[in-house]
Amino acid sequence: MIKLLTTNHFEAAAIILFGIGFMNMLLQDNLIKKFIGLNIMDTAIYLYLVSYGYVAGRSAPIADAARAASMEDFINPIPSGLVLTGIVVSVSVTAFSLALVQRLYKKYGTLSFDEVLRKLRDGEAKTYDSDS
Amino acid sequence: MILTHNIAHNIPFISIFIAIFAGIVTPLISDGRKSRIFHLSAVAAVGILSALLLIHVNANQERFTFLMGHFPSPWGNELKAGPMEAVMAVVFSVVMFLTVTGGQYMIEKDILPEKQNLYYVMLNLLFGSMLALIYTNDIFTGYVFIEINTICSCAVIMSKDSGNGILATIRYLIMSILGSGLILFSIAMLYTVTGHLLFPQLKSGVMKLVNTGYYSFPLMITAGLFTLGIAVKSALFPFHTMLPGAYDAATPSSSGILSGLVLKSYIIFLIKVYYCVFTIEYLKEIKITNLIFFLGVCGMIFGSVMALKERRIRRVLAYSSVAQIGYIYMGLGLGTSVGVTAAMLHVVAHAVTKSLLFVCTGRMKDISLAGEADHCLKGIGHKDRIAGIGFTVGALSIIGIPLFAGFASKLYLAIASFYSPVKMAVALIMLAVSMVLNAMYFIPPVVDIWHPLTEKDANSKIVPCVVPTFAAAVVLFIAVNFLVGTCYDRIYDIFEVGVALMH
Amino acid sequence: MDNNSHDNMGKWEKFFRWVNGEDSIDSVWEKELRSRVIGRRKQRRKSMEENITKINSYGRKFYILLSVFVTVAYIGILLYTASLLPEHGAPLNPANNEVSKRYIESGVEETGAINIVSAMILDYRAFDTFGETVVLFTSVTCVAILLKRDKNNICAREDREAALDEAALNSDKSAILKFVARLVFPIITLYGIYVILNGHLSPGGGFSGGTIIGAGLILYSSAYGEHRARQFMSGKRFTGITAAALLVYFVSKGYSFFTGGNHIESVIPTGTPGKLLSGGLILPLNICVGVVVACTMYGFYSYFTKGDI
Repeated sequence: MIKLLTTNHFEAAAIILFGIGFMNMLLQDNLIKKFIGLNIMDTAIYLYLVSYGYVAGRSAPIADAARAASMEDFINPIPSGLVLTGIVVSVSVTAFSLALVQRLYKKYGTLSFDEVLRKLRDGEAKTYDSDS
Repeated sequence: MILTHNIAHNIPFISIFIAIFAGIVTPLISDGRKSRIFHLSAVAAVGILSALLLIHVNANQERFTFLMGHFPSPWGNELKAGPMEAVMAVVFSVVMFLTVTGGQYMIEKDILPEKQNLYYVMLNLLFGSMLALIYTNDIFTGYVFIEINTICSCAVIMSKDSGNGILATIRYLIMSILGSGLILFSIAMLYTVTGHLLFPQLKSGVMKLVNTGYYSFPLMITAGLFTLGIAVKSALFPFHTMLPGAYDAATPSSSGILSGLVLKSYIIFLIKVYYCVFTIEYLKEIKITNLIFFLGVCGMIFGSVMALKERRIRRVLAYSSVAQIGYIYMGLGLGTSVGVTAAMLHVVAHAVTKSLLFVCTGRMKDISLAGEADHCLKGIGHKDRIAGIGFTVGALSIIGIPLFAGFASKLYLAIASFYSPVKMAVALIMLAVSMVLNAMYFIPPVVDIWHPLTEKDANSKIVPCVVPTFAAAVVLFIAVNFLVGTCYDRIYDIFEVGVALMH
Repeated sequence: MDNNSHDNMGKWEKFFRWVNGEDSIDSVWEKELRSRVIGRRKQRRKSMEENITKINSYGRKFYILLSVFVTVAYIGILLYTASLLPEHGAPLNPANNEVSKRYIESGVEETGAINIVSAMILDYRAFDTFGETVVLFTSVTCVAILLKRDKNNICAREDREAALDEAALNSDKSAILKFVARLVFPIITLYGIYVILNGHLSPGGGFSGGTIIGAGLILYSSAYGEHRARQFMSGKRFTGITAAALLVYFVSKGYSFFTGGNHIESVIPTGTPGKLLSGGLILPLNICVGVVVACTMYGFYSYFTKGDI
């Protein structure tokens, strides 16, 4: 465990962040906060991935056109590429989920998950219109 | 241009591209009917190509790699196809085609006309992503297409646009994102300990770690997280809570596709990763097979018990899906090639059967007008014979009556259990119990459907018009079901070769 | 005791009423019984509801405890795993193997791009990036299905608010905003185009440049209102541009996949590394990605605010 504090602290931070996001997703009643929790989870994974791409003392992988690149000069480019893909995916999922939340709010006038469930059970639909 | 390569090897790539091309072009067609025809022709084209591929790989007994770009395996993306993948692609195309044709009049009713073309965009992309999951040879490509699959399946649920549907979609989405988060984490960890993303190199990397004992604990956690992630996405027993609401709220075609195909595409990806990355021996060693066997058995019983309690027929079907997913995981959990082959056969049998059931239920609910609780379906079989017969065939197939698809897979699951002596007793007893439970909740609706009409009923009810597309689709579905139920040994042989080639 | 005597009094009273012929005994008893039964039923329902809420609150507590437990266990296991994983930043980690070696050492020569991350995502592992672009397209289509105005998704309050916004924009109140937006919009767009075009030469590329252009479009649209924005980006044009960019991406990458898969030499030259026109397909692909991303970002914004493009 000592190794954790001295060397792998980025990974440890990523895992704790993942836990925070996970907890938010499980326990928040507000739907937007729930989805923010999911977002934190995703971000934690990107932190983890990117931190493993880093190699001490090497620079970003932009080669010099004039001379041949050597592996000793640059960090590992693969995790950066994977994270780029991951970020785009998470942006898309977030946009989609927020759109769902917006529709739900228009229909029921609340963002609380429990409240929506209760309203659905009682069969009332308080629209966005009526509370103005 | 001279093709130095075999032309049939282009088929996986072409199928994925046809589906995604259809998805990209469909928003430009603003008419729902035209986009449906476009979608169906794309699916049919993929189906024909996949059948050709199946004939080719089956004749040559080969599993080949297709480079996606100019760089070979540790550097570039790849596709890989063999008999198993080809059969799955054929089955997916057939089921997709029939489910959409069978439910098209409901799609026209449930979805606003100006948004129908967008619905077909989603179906096309869903189909493309499922094909990519079947063919991929790269774990990260798998992740990207899992995400497309997730978004599209949620879109397909919510496109009916009711309050219920949106809530069900949110639930489905939360579970799915959680699952893909776990999968991504496990991929990231696998990358850090092996340094690869493509299956062949991953496999040798994992083998090296297993043999040398380096990073053994992280490797175990990786396998566990991956299994957990896929289990969450494919609604294995404790993670099934998203299914009933979603299937209840969606339009029948959507429910059929989600239950019959989408869940299965994740499982196929899991099987590929099990065979081509972790290897079954390693999974047995760290006891993950026992875990999924246990969860699968629990799912079989629990799903059936919950289905017995339900009164709304579509929720019954959803819980029955939970039970059937349990069967598949039980087959995987046996930890033998025979078990995995039987599980694959069950994937096919369930895909063919459950979609038929959803399409027929949608039709019956539509003509009953009163609702879809059991008692409202009384005598509905006399109003639309085809729907009634379709439902009956589906129910008998799920129960496992000989001549129908469900029988074959259950038979092979039972046979497979003989190969793992420790789990044999549990597997056989649970198969028997679950079969009885299946009968208990599928026989009453069937009896209700064929309940004789009273004089008054017979006179007062207006005879609903026949929907030719629906009737044709159901007849074809029944034919396919019989085909699987009678020629199961042929399909099983192909799967056997496919599994052997995956090693 | 008190209660009892009161009850008895009630009974006697009823008896007298019966004796006096004011009411029949049956109906009296019936009324009494019914009210009692209803009262009991009400009470039972109330207690049942209380029970349910009690169970729910217990369930809630159990759920909270369970989720805390699961999360803590999860974090614990993964932290232990992390302590066993390869060292952070060590050059001999398993990930620094022949794969990254080839990307770094032969990437410039094989793809013609200096930015190795660009070379990797758009050439070596282009299928992933293709999937990624499709994800964006999928999600903007989903948002359109959900939020595009139709008869299920329309409400008077939103219309009123939109009218107010429009009126505020048309008045002189937002003169500073409009002036600054007009000033900044071209600069933002230019910068976005620069980032896209230099994707293979410097950090950046289609995704980041596209987001910058998308931000510029959003600024313009929020400063000038939907009518002005619609002049250059109507719904039809939006779909057309997105689909066209995706198709160009699709066809060019499809060509590269097809030739690669069949072991045919690709005819596209990689050019001199370091020049703007180099990198083979990477530059056009970056442009396509940039267009798709910019359109998607703008699409998100306008569907979320106006329910249409």
